[in-house]
Amino acid sequence: MTSSPQKLSVSSLQAGYGDVQVLWDISLDVGTGELVCIIGSNGAGKTTLMRCLSGLLKPRAGSIVVDGRTMTAATPADFVRAGIAQVPEGRRLFSAMSVRDNLLMGAYLRMDKGAIAAELERVYEMFPVLAERRRQDAGTLSGGEQQMCAIGRGLMAAPSLLLIDELSLGLAPRAVELLTESLRTVNKSGVAILLVEQDVINALELADRAYVIDRGRVVKSGPAMALVNDPAIREAYMGLS
Amino acid sequence: MRTWLVLFVIVLLLAMLPLVGDNYLLRLATTVCMYAVLAQSWNFIGGLAGYPSFATAAFFGIGAYTSAIMQNYGAPIVLGWGSAGLVAMIFAAFIGGAILHLRGHYFAIASLVLAEMLREIINGMPDFAGGGKGLNLPILPISVTAQAQFFFYAMLGLALVCTATAIVIHRSKLGFSLRCIQQNEDAANILGLNTYAYKTAAFSLSAVFVGFAGAIYASWVSYIEPPDVFDVLISVKPMVMVLLGGLGTIFGPALGALILLAFEEVVWRNFLTLHAAALGLIIVVLILFLPNGVLSLWNDWLPRKKPAR
Repeated sequence: MTSSPQKLSVSSLQAGYGDVQVLWDISLDVGTGELVCIIGSNGAGKTTLMRCLSGLLKPRAGSIVVDGRTMTAATPADFVRAGIAQVPEGRRLFSAMSVRDNLLMGAYLRMDKGAIAAELERVYEMFPVLAERRRQDAGTLSGGEQQMCAIGRGLMAAPSLLLIDELSLGLAPRAVELLTESLRTVNKSGVAILLVEQDVINALELADRAYVIDRGRVVKSGPAMALVNDPAIREAYMGLS
Repeated sequence: MRTWLVLFVIVLLLAMLPLVGDNYLLRLATTVCMYAVLAQSWNFIGGLAGYPSFATAAFFGIGAYTSAIMQNYGAPIVLGWGSAGLVAMIFAAFIGGAILHLRGHYFAIASLVLAEMLREIINGMPDFAGGGKGLNLPILPISVTAQAQFFFYAMLGLALVCTATAIVIHRSKLGFSLRCIQQNEDAANILGLNTYAYKTAAFSLSAVFVGFAGAIYASWVSYIEPPDVFDVLISVKPMVMVLLGGLGTIFGPALGALILLAFEEVVWRNFLTLHAAALGLIIVVLILFLPNGVLSLWNDWLPRKKPAR
């Protein structure tokens, strides 16, 4: 495991808000080009972890290492420059701006105009509906289209690791299928993905490896295939036995 | 290009006002220009960044007092005016650093106490700034008509510079980023925008011209006191004007200033006791029926010109 080059490596991370500590002991790795998912119930600390991994929240202890560089005290801009882009929970689009402007905002820190234009074409190719609606306000899109727009915006930063917080939340099954397929494509093109997901079955089907977190701690980890067949996981997160 | 043309035509027409108008009209026009500066300034932080700032009165009072104190110590009027804007801006940059992490109502309340706090400080300083008794400013040794023209041109010039700055900012990366912050600050953060720096810049921009306006106002009326220049209405009126004209637009604030002043004059003359209630009534009617301001009507009538998105 440690022999493959790690894109992201988190160890003994602790974080919280004010008097409330949310993350107690989180250690995880994402290898270059890997697709890893994090599963856990409400309040397990998934979104807090994502906030730490994009520089929005400073950890209290532990370390975040990206490509061998310690990023524990880095700003959101530092994370984007280090190749980590986030698709936040609830999409968080600029709803009164056009789809195109939303996508271009993803490339905010990039200066290479030509490459940005090429990136935009790739996103339109992956999500043709976004090309169709590029002049429309992002707020007028359907839920699934908004998620496409949010993923596209993340890709516009040309990341080597894409963080996705709740891919399927509140979306129709048809849309989830489409999005899952596009994530596979993104991953095949060499972008590592760290996916946080409540739809455990879908997440484990998609991912190479998975971590289960509960009350701020990693309680289980391993190949996704092994976790699917783990009786405890099946009972706690899938309602199967 | 068209925006600049509109700006210069309006300013040119206004600049000819002293040829036709009497001193009363000139006084009203000076007030409109001052209101336009206050409204345009508020638009930077309130309209673009979406932060409901009640700090306008604080900046105005700081400008007025900076200039008044300096002139009382013998500084020439130009130096007094010049420092006023800078002091207001520096104050905004420091305070902004302290309160701009607050959002929505919390930010509004934090900005609201600034003017109250400054008023009490000055009230308690009879030796330095005249305290509650206020301060006199040197009166210009020119005729009454010449004074009216001088202050009119000063305010008009300031309004011109302020609006020109707004045009540049609206089209700049700063303006674009502020609009992003207004729509979704979390997302802006995640994409790597230094939202804190941009918000502080917007807050400082909303202070500098107001500081100049306070200084010019102080010289114009030649006597200031804390309840006058730190009046909470100086904070509220710019918001009403911007909402009247059009939030986040370039000519909305000035148009709103004109409408509000015209309205005030009519109401004042006819219903002296009702004017405070009338201001409240305008706010209610605006929010219910014209949330995007008068300029939005104009844009609706011109369907051919789709706004460039």
